[in-house]
Formats: sequence, C-alpha cells, structure tokens
Amino acid sequence: MINFYNVTKIYPNGVKGLNDVSLTIQKGEFVFLVGPSGAGKTSLIKILFREELPTRGQVLFYGKNISRLKGREIPYLRRKIGMVFQDFRLLPQKTVFENVAFAMEVTGASKKSIRSRVPEVLEWVGLADKTKVLPSQLSGGEQQRVSIARAIVNSPMVIIADEPTGNLDPDTSWDLMKLFGEINKTGATVIMVTHARDIVDSMKKRVIALSDGRINRDEEGGVYCNEL
Amino acid sequence: MSFNTLFYYWREAFSSIFRNSWLSIASVGTVAVSLLILGFFSLLVINASTFTQDLESGLEIRVFLKDGQSGDSIKKIKAEIDRVSGISVVEFVPKEQALEEMKKSFGNRREVLEGLQNDNPLPDGFRVKAAQADQIPALAGKLSAIGGVDQVVYGHGLVERLVTATKWVRLAGAVILVFLCIAAIFLISTTTRMSVFARRKEIGIMILLGATNWFVRFPYILEGMILGFVGAVLAASGVYAGYISLTAYLEQSLPFVQPVTDQNVILTVLMGILGMGLLIGALGSSFSIRKFLKI
Repeated sequence: MINFYNVTKIYPNGVKGLNDVSLTIQKGEFVFLVGPSGAGKTSLIKILFREELPTRGQVLFYGKNISRLKGREIPYLRRKIGMVFQDFRLLPQKTVFENVAFAMEVTGASKKSIRSRVPEVLEWVGLADKTKVLPSQLSGGEQQRVSIARAIVNSPMVIIADEPTGNLDPDTSWDLMKLFGEINKTGATVIMVTHARDIVDSMKKRVIALSDGRINRDEEGGVYCNEL
Repeated sequence: MSFNTLFYYWREAFSSIFRNSWLSIASVGTVAVSLLILGFFSLLVINASTFTQDLESGLEIRVFLKDGQSGDSIKKIKAEIDRVSGISVVEFVPKEQALEEMKKSFGNRREVLEGLQNDNPLPDGFRVKAAQADQIPALAGKLSAIGGVDQVVYGHGLVERLVTATKWVRLAGAVILVFLCIAAIFLISTTTRMSVFARRKEIGIMILLGATNWFVRFPYILEGMILGFVGAVLAASGVYAGYISLTAYLEQSLPFVQPVTDQNVILTVLMGILGMGLLIGALGSSFSIRKFLKI
C-alpha cells in the first residue's frame, strides 16, 4: 500500500512539481497516471522511488516513511519497485540474459537462482529464444519486454512504468499492455504513466489525472480525458 | 557478502582493466614512476638522517679544569657534572691522555710535541656527550658554571648548523614525500575516472536496480587497488635492484661513505611502497566514483 499525505514538491528553481497531493494506492491495484507534461507525474514517481525528497508532506510505502529512510536503506526500497522506462535503459554490451541477470546480481543472488529464474522470466515475456542476443539486435517491443523481465525478475511489490509504450507502435503497445495486465494479476501493483489515450480508455482501470501538480480527477474504471 | 558477489567484483575489475588496457598500462606506469621516486627518496632521507645521527652522536663537549686540582676536587666536579641532566656519557681525560691524543692527531709530525712530556701544558678535563645534539649549547653553559671549571669547548657554530641542517633535511623530505603521494593519487583518480565515466550509464542502471553504493563502488576500488599494486610491485623491484647495486658501487668506490644496508630497513621501505600502491589505488578510485553515486 502506498500513501501520499499532502505532498508538495518545489524544485530549487521555484517550479512546483506537486502541490498538496494526497492519494492511496492499494496493494494489487492497476493505476494509470495521466496528464499533460509538467503536470507532476514524473515528480510523483521520483518521490516514490526516492530519487527526490518531498518538500512537504509524507509518503508511506507499505507503512515505511520514505523521507526517513537512511542512505543505506534506499537500495532495499528500490528492490521492491520494478522500473520500466520509455527508453528501456538496457546495457548495450550485455546480452538479453545478462541484462536480466544483472538485476539479480545486484542483489547478491546466487548463480544457481539466477540460472533458474532468468530463463523462467524471459519465457514468460516471450523471449525464450532470444536469450543470447544483444539488445541492439531486437525490435523496440522486444527490448521493452527485456526491460519488463528485468523489472519483475526480483518479484517486486510494485511495478512503475514511465510511458512504457511511448516509443512503440500501437500493436506492440497493446501486446505490452496485456503483459502488464498479467503481471498485475499475479498480485503486483502497477503504476503506469502514459499518454496512450485509447489504451487507458479501453482498459477500464483506475485513472489519476494530474495537472499543475494537483490531482484533478481520480476515478475507478476511468478514461483518459472526461472533457472530450 | 556472498561468494557470487565477490566473484562479480573481481570479474568486473579485471574486465575493466583489460577493456581499457592502454589506460591501465598508463596508470600502472605513473604509479610505478611515482612510487619509484618515492622509494628512492625515502631511502635518501633514511640515509641522510642516519648520517646526521652518526655526526650528532660524535659531537662532544670538552670541559677543561683549572690547573692544579686535587684528586678529591676532580671527583667532586665529576659528581656535579653527573648531576646535570641531558648528559649521556662523561669520561675523565687526564692531561697525559690528552697529550697522547694530541700526538696521535699530529700523525707523523708528532715529534713537534716531543719534550712536552715533562712539562705538559694541557689541563685535566672531561669529555662529555649530550643525549641530544641540540642540547649541547645549553649544556655547555651549565657546565661552565661549575666551580673549578676553566673552559668549556664544543664545536661552536658547527653544532648549531648541523642541528638546523638535519631538521631541514627531515622536513623537506616529509614535504616532498607528501607531494609525491598526492600526485600519484591524483593520477590514479584520473585513470579510474575514465573507466567510471565510460560506464556511467551502467552505474545509473545499477542504482535503479537497487544496488547498494558499496556494490557499485567496490569493483572500481578493486580496479584502482590492482593497478596501484602492480605499479608498486614494479617500483619496489626497481628500488630494490637499484639500491643494491648503488650501495655495492658506493662501498667499492667510496669506502668512507656508509650507506644503510640493514635488510630490515630496506624491507620496510619495500613493504611501504606496496602498501602505498594499494592505498593510492583505493583512494584515487574512490574519489573518482563519488560524484556518480548521488542519485
């Protein structure tokens, strides 16, 4: 469970990223975060991932106050969150297998568990036959599947996807959305920032719309934009 | 820390060393040269201070007594000298012995002194050694205040000059050693910064995946330590070979120069070089990784 209590984020240059935002996301929810650029979506994610601290207000991640984490506790928070980015952020000189295994190596996982878990996850995202390939030899959709595999390999409680389909064609985007839906069915919370209107409208999930750092709409089974 | 993680550190460190092989060779070279200079300089400083210590311990104060003192009053004066603090050795030199010594120092022109045997003009005296050379002027003052003492003589001026010279040699040595170390640390940090910079994207991803700072940092520190150690081994072998042949040469051609050949001293210097190599490598690379860890 994630709670934001009256969270305000003001950047050193005076720009307000978030303005008095309060919200609760339950375990196992699927949430779309929508809104124009500069609305505060990225600030919200960065605060949740402890890349930035809120200027005012409290954020609880499964009961733990994120602002009070000590420097050495931050990596352990991040291991509970799987991140997926628009630009994939894969290591170009490592193979598909190595890229996914890297997320486990970082946590000090044993060779044995890496060897059994990584193929399992890669099969699950549909890349069982591409384990020894470099990311540059894959299509965009396939690269994003690798990064999804990397995000879920440590079985995190929360998956945060920041415009995961921003660079992909509609068909590929739909395939990936189904994948996120399945991840959500296994019990993981999914928080997704997106501009893909048709996907949001047809998936009928909870939609939180931000603008100017405030929540101006938060509804279950919502659509991308009410006004139209 | 699991065995896998340890294996990961070594694999990363070595793969980075071989990936940037030219840079690695360059930094091993700079460390080797810095430590080579450092090693020879330490040996120079050790030799210089041994030499000045030898000179210092050879310095003595001569106390000359007024003529015609009885054995009892000489004993009394000896007791008073013994009471002065800061004195290591006191030796009575009767006038006869003083004459003999003077003859010896005249060498083969000693016959000049013949005939003085019966009418010895030299006074009885004491030969006094100070525990510390820089105390000699003060001690001389105290000794001349003792009753029955005629004159107190020491290498006036020479002592003062020697003491200040020794001080400067040690100080300059320490300052130059510190500067050489800083230069070597800077060179290593430049080299590891290159390999950190080449992999900054990877470091960013590691942090996103929840790697601890130590996990990110350690391969680079290990890389720095390996480079530093290899450089140090080269430097230590160079210093050892160079110093052994230099001392052998000096002992043959300049027999009155006594270089330090104590194996323990040389071994300490060599171990010091190896330790410095590890330290320089670790420090240099931890400086260069620091700013990449702030996310």
